[in-house]
Amino acid sequence: MISSLVTAFIVGGLICVIGQIFMDVFKLTPAHTLSTLVVLGSILDGFGLYEPLIDFAGAGATVPITSFGNSLTHGALAEAEKHGLIGVLTGMFEVTSSGISAAILFGVIGAFIFQKRKTTY
Amino acid sequence: MDQQQFQKIIDEKNPKVPYFMNILKAFIVGGIICTIGQLITFFYMRFFPFTEGTASNPTVATLVFIAMLLTGTGLYKKIAQFGGAGSAVPVTGFGNAVISAAIEHKSEGYVLGVGGNMFKLAGSVILFGVLSAFVVALIKTILVNIGVVSW
Amino acid sequence: MVNTFGTLQFTSKICIATTGTVVGPVEKDSPFADSFDEVLSLETEKDETNEQAHSRMIEQACHWAAKKNHTQVDKVDVLIGGDLINQLSPTNFAARSLALPFLGVFSACASSMESVILGCLLLESGNAKTVLAGASSHHQAVERQFRYPLQYGTQKPKTSQWTVTGAGFSLLEKDIKNAPVVTHATIGKVVDSYQTNPLHMGAAMASAARDTIERHLTNTNSKMTDFDVIMTGDLGNIGISILKEMFQDENTGVILQDAGAQFYGNDKFFNAGASGAGCSATVFFGQIYEQLKKGFLKRVLLVATGALLSPLTFQQGETIPCIAHAIECRMEKRS
Repeated sequence: MISSLVTAFIVGGLICVIGQIFMDVFKLTPAHTLSTLVVLGSILDGFGLYEPLIDFAGAGATVPITSFGNSLTHGALAEAEKHGLIGVLTGMFEVTSSGISAAILFGVIGAFIFQKRKTTY
Repeated sequence: MDQQQFQKIIDEKNPKVPYFMNILKAFIVGGIICTIGQLITFFYMRFFPFTEGTASNPTVATLVFIAMLLTGTGLYKKIAQFGGAGSAVPVTGFGNAVISAAIEHKSEGYVLGVGGNMFKLAGSVILFGVLSAFVVALIKTILVNIGVVSW
Repeated sequence: MVNTFGTLQFTSKICIATTGTVVGPVEKDSPFADSFDEVLSLETEKDETNEQAHSRMIEQACHWAAKKNHTQVDKVDVLIGGDLINQLSPTNFAARSLALPFLGVFSACASSMESVILGCLLLESGNAKTVLAGASSHHQAVERQFRYPLQYGTQKPKTSQWTVTGAGFSLLEKDIKNAPVVTHATIGKVVDSYQTNPLHMGAAMASAARDTIERHLTNTNSKMTDFDVIMTGDLGNIGISILKEMFQDENTGVILQDAGAQFYGNDKFFNAGASGAGCSATVFFGQIYEQLKKGFLKRVLLVATGALLSPLTFQQGETIPCIAHAIECRMEKRS
């Protein structure tokens, strides 16, 4: 179990480091950085490399935003394998990304519960 | 003073970006969030009928829930100032983007304010995720059909 | 020469009779805190929006200025004000409550001096006897409009500045005893130095400040050393060092200062310092006005600097043009 935690820490940390380099060195905005990483995750799954990364690093690969790209692509590819070209469309829209649903749900719940804060500093 | 001289002064006076420290802090904060995610995954595998593969869904949802609490109480901002990409790249960063926008626009009501503005920051992630998934799957499917690669 | 190329000379004795400054809770630890009339305990009250709180602050600052002059606010001839929010909504709504003839102005963070310049012109021409002129900003309202939702987590660079929650208004009248006199003003030119980083506005605004200061000195036949202080509004600590470098041939010493760089003291949390239309307004009408009245300063040039970008121009990849408006104030010997 400890070794899983360590690999999760390292791989997750390294993906974040890539993001930090995009922001500091290439001067990308956070939105540009995250969009690029999502596309990266998607491309890696196209090459069949992201699933092995998940097997190796667990949460280190499923928690970063790159896994959004992976799970959307994975769903599309799985359906395409079964039903051909049309599967590309049906598979993608079948996969609900739990991250997106959770964000929407907790977003509105958060808006409901939390008052706009006095500026903290 | 011409533009060149002026630009030279600006570049001289620009404070140095602490690249190494920023990268180190991003590594640590990102690593910690993913480690917490791994612990949550183990929790779901142990106490609920999830496998290694399916446990990532409730894990991500739980992390976004935690992000909501941290965002609403003003703590996420502080973590982000320290950790940079370490807090933006994990799914908690996505959650923070959506939730902070939702809280901010409550003053314009739930329909136009919260609903209309919630994806101001995170929308591009969803757009590019879906777009690249479509393109990658399309290309791979075509390549498989013409026999260049296999599934 | 005066009254050419944007430098105006006022020959009637236009005085800053009184001022009113109201700031938010974050500003209470400022080295300038003692000079503010009121420090609010909350930026936004429970059932208020940011913009409503912003309006309330403007009204309170105007009331303070009027009260200290023993004038009823409704006896003021004209109100001139500006802020950073879309369509000047907070100032418009405050003007609604104050029910005065109103001119709304926008030059981003240079709005405070633009208001005063217009007020002086009204008084000089005899078209008004009492004018309230100033500007304001509200941190939460500005962050939401120009940058990100308040609780969004980003890593702010060292060049970024913190928008002040503050409103500063001056009451202008002629021939007031023992009050600072506005003798000259220079209207800013829009200057673009091809900067594109909205998180480093000091670099963008420095050129505009330099143009205004140079024009003022040339047109009034003065040197920097004729002034006790030349203070810019919100270049920030990096912006002011850029400006000083541009004037390196002059002996600027401690004459050239920046309100934004000093506003929050040495607290690194605020990175390059304060910014916002309220920054120049509260410091010029607070600290500087007090020092003039007490006779510690006798001749000052107050240069409010503004970055004329919008969230849209940034997304469209435009550069950041800037402007700087200035007034010269003198304090004659106390009679």
